[in-house]
Amino acid sequence: MSLLEVRNLHAGVQGNAILEGINLRVEKGEIHAIMGPNGSGKSTLAGVLAGREAYVVTEGEVLYQGKDLLGLAPEERAREGIFLAFQYPVEIPGVTNMYFLKAALNAIRKHRSMEELDAMEFLSLVKEKMKVIDFDQSLLNRPVNEGFSGGEKKRNEIFQMAVLDPTLAILDETDSGLDIDALRIVAEGVNKLRSPENAVVVVTHYQRLLNYIVPDFVHVLIDGRIVKSGGKELALVLEEKGYDWIRGESGAVTADAQEAGSK
Amino acid sequence: MNASAGTKDWYAGRFTQFEEGLNGASQTPLHALRRRGFAAFAAQGFPTTAEEEWRFTSVAPLAATHFHPVLAYAASGFAEPDLRPWSLTGTGGIVLVFINGHFSSGLSSIPPGSPGVSVGSLGAALAHDPALALRYLSPERRGGDAFTSLNTAFLLDGAFVRVGDGVTLDAPVHILSLASSGDTPLLVQPRHLIIAGNGARLSVVETYGGKGPGLYLTNAVTEIFVGEGGAVEHDKLQMENLSSFHVGTTMVSLGGEASFTSNAINFGGAIVRNNVNALFEGERAECTLNGLSVATGMQHVDNHTVIDHAKAHCQSHELYKAVLDGSARGVFNGKIFVREDAQKTDAKQTNKTLLLSDEATIDTKPQLEIFADDVKCTHGATVGQLDEEQVFYLRARGIGQTEARDLLTFAFATDVINRVHVDALREKLDALLHARLRQGRVNMET
Repeated sequence: MSLLEVRNLHAGVQGNAILEGINLRVEKGEIHAIMGPNGSGKSTLAGVLAGREAYVVTEGEVLYQGKDLLGLAPEERAREGIFLAFQYPVEIPGVTNMYFLKAALNAIRKHRSMEELDAMEFLSLVKEKMKVIDFDQSLLNRPVNEGFSGGEKKRNEIFQMAVLDPTLAILDETDSGLDIDALRIVAEGVNKLRSPENAVVVVTHYQRLLNYIVPDFVHVLIDGRIVKSGGKELALVLEEKGYDWIRGESGAVTADAQEAGSK
Repeated sequence: MNASAGTKDWYAGRFTQFEEGLNGASQTPLHALRRRGFAAFAAQGFPTTAEEEWRFTSVAPLAATHFHPVLAYAASGFAEPDLRPWSLTGTGGIVLVFINGHFSSGLSSIPPGSPGVSVGSLGAALAHDPALALRYLSPERRGGDAFTSLNTAFLLDGAFVRVGDGVTLDAPVHILSLASSGDTPLLVQPRHLIIAGNGARLSVVETYGGKGPGLYLTNAVTEIFVGEGGAVEHDKLQMENLSSFHVGTTMVSLGGEASFTSNAINFGGAIVRNNVNALFEGERAECTLNGLSVATGMQHVDNHTVIDHAKAHCQSHELYKAVLDGSARGVFNGKIFVREDAQKTDAKQTNKTLLLSDEATIDTKPQLEIFADDVKCTHGATVGQLDEEQVFYLRARGIGQTEARDLLTFAFATDVINRVHVDALREKLDALLHARLRQGRVNMET
């Protein structure tokens, strides 16, 4: 049984087809990169997996640990171990990071019939996890992401990931808006959280994040389909030759996809 | 109109009865003030929605009821255990308890006096020093309306708090007004007078609540004078029972370099009108008016504020928020006057409303009248629902849908509560708010 199995997934928003038959299998311990140009459907795929309600699945299925994922509410997916690192982390005035994370962690623990952590236990866990991502303690007591810099927001996502300890983490363009130092810190955090028991799906436009988070598999998403899969070297070829190279190589597929999209 | 005439006749009859019971006391300056108050009320009658200041708030149900002014103290079945839900634990401060508008010395708690501080019953203070009435109690000069006139007409008791020059009162003064009506609807009219001397500092907490489901009208007037360089925080928690009416008017005068903060929190009442009127009487003073109204069902909550920048170099900040559910209706009217001489005024007003249902509504109206040219005045109003992207973000971390909604609603509202500096009150308000926000709704029956 795979950790995640996406079968012939078709999805769209407001009647517009975006994903046109995605197939993807992720096993525990693996890192997968999903690369593609703007508008190819990368963030839609991440959103569908996390349960964004704006997206409508029209065909296909997604199995997570062998169970139907698409019937679950976003919070149920999170409690089952799925974590989406947002491309644009949301500011939540009036709710501190600490309060938010404690509520989230205890909701997850409760779902797993684990005892909820009290304030002291939670604080010691948080202190331990702060080291993973070199997270500034002063950000803990501030409202979630409010007034954070772009780098701080992305770091907060990975910090949350460290605390919530997901089985499947989906990083949606976590590299966007980061300078090279911040990128390295975020990537190192992700690497420290790797284990044989979890998996990471990295959604990105650029190859540079993959210098630091080295994927086992690279999938190229164009016009709603995975048109090519390979090892980490595929990312380097893409970096050199650009997405047009793939379009040229898999022209027939692209044409099909465009035709389907215009229906 | 007949109803209006009937209402006036009713209160005229009550006023005559009241005067007859006063005997010799009807010749005092205080009673002259009452007479002026009654004449003003009789001339105006209760307002109608034809009047601009009452356009969105109909007091017809209130004018149609013959309320009986409470003319003397009676314990009305209240005892010490009735105070517990309202008490601010751990403050160790003064607690002044009023039953249906009258001071209860038995239920109040006044720790041994400190120099420069006088607290207690306004009725007693006026008996001791009749000139007080002439010096301080004159709402008409500061834009009082028919309700303040009615309060003045039957003026008998309320809280009296005077803190002398340079004196700091560490613990808050808690003014607890409790009402209880049986079959007879009561008119409960406390009149509070708070005087902070030059450089004096204090916090006052007013709470209003009812016992039992009976119908009453609280028509409270609070007059506050902040001397030069003084600092007063005035927190008000309104939790009348859900069948009753509350009209509260707070009038504040600020001396030079004084600072005043009002935090007005509304949870209760069927029809509620709060007026907070602040007047700068000296330069370089600062006034902060905050408000939070949480309402549902058929509740109607109207907040009217006036900040009169009559002097130069003053600052005012205003933040009023509302969370409305069910068919609740909110009104916010924020007036800011900047007089011709009030150069370098800095005024900021914000009104934000969260609507949790399709039927809840808010009428919001900022009103800036600026006669000076070198000033900074801003205002803004937002009305909306919860941000679905925020809801999704919380859900994506494992927090349930309704918990996420309650959490975001709480965060929106507690922004105002966080501005209360009296710790015990702030904690109480947070707990009250938590109890009210459940299952994505506002719940008043707790």
